[in-house]
Parts: sequence; structure tokens; C-alpha cells
Amino acid sequence: MNTASSSVAYAPPSAAPLAPLVPRWRRLAAWLAARALALATGLVLPLLLLAFWQYAVDRHWLAEQILPPPSLVRDSLVELWDNGDLTSNLAISLKRLGWSLLIGGGSGLLLGLAMGVSRTVKAYVYPGFQLVSQFPVIGWVPLLIIFAGIGEALKVSAISIAVVVPVAVNTYQGIRNIPRALLEVAAVYRFSFWQTIRRLVLPAASSSIFNGLRQGVMQAWLSLVFVELLASSEGIGYLMVWGRQLLQLDIVVVGMIVIGAVGIVLDRLLAWCASRLHGWQRRAY
Amino acid sequence: MRIVNALRQADLRGLVLPLAFLALWYAVTRLQLVNTKLIVPPGAVLDAAWKVVASGQLLAGLQASLVRDLSGFAAGSAAGIALGLLLGVSRWAERLVGPTFHTLKQISLFAWLPLLSTWLGTGEAAKILFVALSAFYPVALNTFEGVRGVTRAQVEVARVLGFNRRQLAWRLVLPAASPQIATGLHLALLYAWLATIGAEYLLGASSHGIGNVVIRGKAAFHVELIIVGMLLIGLVGMALNRLAAAVEARVLHWRGPGH
Repeated sequence: MNTASSSVAYAPPSAAPLAPLVPRWRRLAAWLAARALALATGLVLPLLLLAFWQYAVDRHWLAEQILPPPSLVRDSLVELWDNGDLTSNLAISLKRLGWSLLIGGGSGLLLGLAMGVSRTVKAYVYPGFQLVSQFPVIGWVPLLIIFAGIGEALKVSAISIAVVVPVAVNTYQGIRNIPRALLEVAAVYRFSFWQTIRRLVLPAASSSIFNGLRQGVMQAWLSLVFVELLASSEGIGYLMVWGRQLLQLDIVVVGMIVIGAVGIVLDRLLAWCASRLHGWQRRAY
Repeated sequence: MRIVNALRQADLRGLVLPLAFLALWYAVTRLQLVNTKLIVPPGAVLDAAWKVVASGQLLAGLQASLVRDLSGFAAGSAAGIALGLLLGVSRWAERLVGPTFHTLKQISLFAWLPLLSTWLGTGEAAKILFVALSAFYPVALNTFEGVRGVTRAQVEVARVLGFNRRQLAWRLVLPAASPQIATGLHLALLYAWLATIGAEYLLGASSHGIGNVVIRGKAAFHVELIIVGMLLIGLVGMALNRLAAAVEARVLHWRGPGH
């Protein structure tokens, strides 16, 4: 009796971590169940809103031109997608976004780099830059329309301005925050100027630069929709203006859905890139 | 003496670029190197500024815009604090409302405007609701994060002290989240101004507002007026930013130095 209980009590310690062992499939099942529950609870509110929307349509609270039924919105989405209106306009908008990110992001990076690396450049440029950067981008648009017309140049320049500011500010701050010791080590190794930039400054400031890029992308997307709503003859924002003028609110809602979807994709993409970036940082140390 | 010293120590190199820009602007318009209808001389801008300020047109517009901006900001941030608090405190609320909130957040702000203006017209209601929406997201998001930052230990201490729900909210959760809420409000103030101007540009030339003045200037190809309006919009944005930073520093001074 005694020996039996002691043999249990003195079970090899290596068994202890195995004691709460649950079969892997069970843990997976529990995880899946939690995910399913989260998904189900998350869907409650959208479904309620959708039901309310349908109810409001059925009771004719608002005219059908002003409140299209959900089924019509779905049909319009499918139709606009199939006949290429949606995809071609979306492609145009994304092209504008891409060019602006390239131009604005590139010049923002160079500006931030120059201000961060050289005290002289900073002394000359920073005060003026800071002054200009406080002006909301949207304020610029009427002036840009006068100078650049309402063509492609307007969109790309307006959106580029929206990208330059956050990228430049974050690049500059990222470089400022590099510990002095690292720069001294680089000096001890007799790094050339370009070696210092490539092998110390850019990697050390990378997460801050990326943060700036992330803000820049979001600002660019905001300004893009604004500019397209204000002055445009193609693009996703124009599609919405067009739908509103025809009093086809289903097209407007389709535009909102697409804009939201692109926003989600951009957000996810940036989050994925950020995690890759952090993964690299962990490996480095 | 102190002023002289300050002047001597101030880095005047920052003034070089802006002054060079002004000089270039003046030179090219003075020498008629460019179309002065398109690139107006700086003197004409000053003239226009003086005229519109004297006529009161711009200041009346500014007042109308600020009223819109601040009422939308107040409504939006109140709603944002309420929702952020609810989502932060209650797991169930977060599960139910969170996913919808995070999805709707991704719809770029201005995409709401065509819908809102169809439903509510191009009048004051649509604009204020739009401004409120722009203030709502950053405040709700930051309040939520601030409330989530309250530690379990802090809540346990409050429980031990016998705080009831109201005391918990007013004396622990809100003060603990206040730095984040302040950040949210600061962002919201900037976004609300952006939204006010944007809504005035996009909705109707009939109403009064600084944005409307600018957009009418654009329609009439009155470049001086556009520049004056733009400068004023920028200055107000800057002033709001400064004001928010000052209030933030003042209200949160209990955090002590180092912040």
C-alpha cells in the first residue's frame, strides 16, 4: 500500500511537464472552436445591420434611389465586376497610388536621409519643411488644380505630397535615434560614408522608416479618394461620383465596399511586411 | 540684451530657403518671366489678403468653418470615448462590435461623403456628421488601447478598496487611459479640420466656410484668393495643433518629467 502510493508520489520528474498533455488534435479543436466563436460573434452585428437595412427597404422608409436594397448592391457589384468597369477603374486608382508611393516615398526617404545625416542640410531645410508639413494636403489641392489641371499630374502630385511628409519625418527621426555608440563603432571600423549609410544607418532606422511608409500609404489612400471625388474622370472615386449623379446609390455603396476592401488589403500587407522586418531584427541579435 | 543674445544664438540658416523662395517668386513675377495670371505676384496676394479680410468675407467663412469643425469634433470624440471605453472594459462588447468597427474603419474617410450627402443633403447636418465621423475613429481606437493598458493589478487594488463600477470608471480607468485618450483627441482635432475643409470643397458652393471661399476662388480663377485661403487653412491647422499640444501637456503634467 505504502510502496504503491510512494511510487506514484515519486513519479519521475520528467513526467511532470507531460502531465497536462492533451492530444494535439484536441488543442487544435479548442483553437478552432475559439476562432469559430469569435467569427460567429463578430458576424452578429453585421447580420443585424443587414437585416435592419432590408427591413428599412421593405417598409419604404426611404425612396429606393436613396436606399437601394442589399440584393441590388450585390447584383451591381457582380455586374460592374463582370463588365470590367470596376476592375478598370480600380486599376487606374491603384496605378496612381503606386506612382505616388514611388515618387513621394523616394523623395521623402532622400529628404529624411539628408536631414538626418547632415547637420548643415538639417539647419537649412528642416524649419521650412516643418512649416510646410503642417499644412493639410487637402488645402493644397485647389492650387494644384490651377497649376497642374485636373489630369494625372494633379492626382500624382497631390498624393505624393501626402506621402513625402510622414516618410521624411520618420526617416529623420529614425536616424536621429541611432545610438552614438554605433556611429563610433562604424568610425573605428573606418567605414566609408556609403558603407555607414548602407550597413548602419538604413538598417538601424529601418523600422522607423517603415513606420513612416505605413503612415504614408494610409495618407495616400485617403487623399487619393478625396482627389478622385473632387476632380476626376476615371478611378474608383469617380465611379462613386458618377453613381451619385445618376442617383444610383448602389454604385456608391459598391465603391465604398471596394475602397474598404482595398484598405483592408493594404493594412494586412503592411502588417505582414512589418512582421517580416521584425523577424529580420530578431535574427540579427 | 536678452533679445540680442537670443538673436545671436538663433539659427538663421532655416530662414534661407523660405526667403529664397519668396525672392524667386517676386523676381519671376516682377520680370514677367511667367504668366502672372497663373503665378500671381506676392504683392497681389497681400493685397487680396487685405481686401478679403477687410470685407469680412474670409473671417465669416472661417468662423462658420470653425463652428462646424468644433461641433463635429465634440460629438465625434464623445461617441469615440464612449465606444472605446465600452470595447475596452467588456470582452463581449469587443467580440460583438470590434470586428465591425475595425472593418468599417478601413473605408477611407471621404468615401462616406457621397452617401452622407445623398441622405442628409449638402447642408450643415451632413458636414457635421462627417466631421464627427472623422474624429470618432482615432478617439475610439486610442481610448480602447488606453483602457486595455490598465493592468490587472490596478483593478485588483481598486476592488480591494471597494470601488463600485462608477468609481472604477472615473477614478481608475479614465485617468489611467487619459494619456492615450489625449493622443486620440489630438489626432481627432487634426482629422476634424481636414474633414471640415474636405467636406466644404466637395459639398456645395452655396454654403459659407473657408473651404467654400477657396473653391469659389478656384472656379473664378482667382489665384490670390486661393493662396490666401490656403495659408489661412494652414495657419488654423497649425494653431489647433499647438493648442492641442499645450492642453495635453497641461492636463497630463501629473505624469511628471520625462514624458
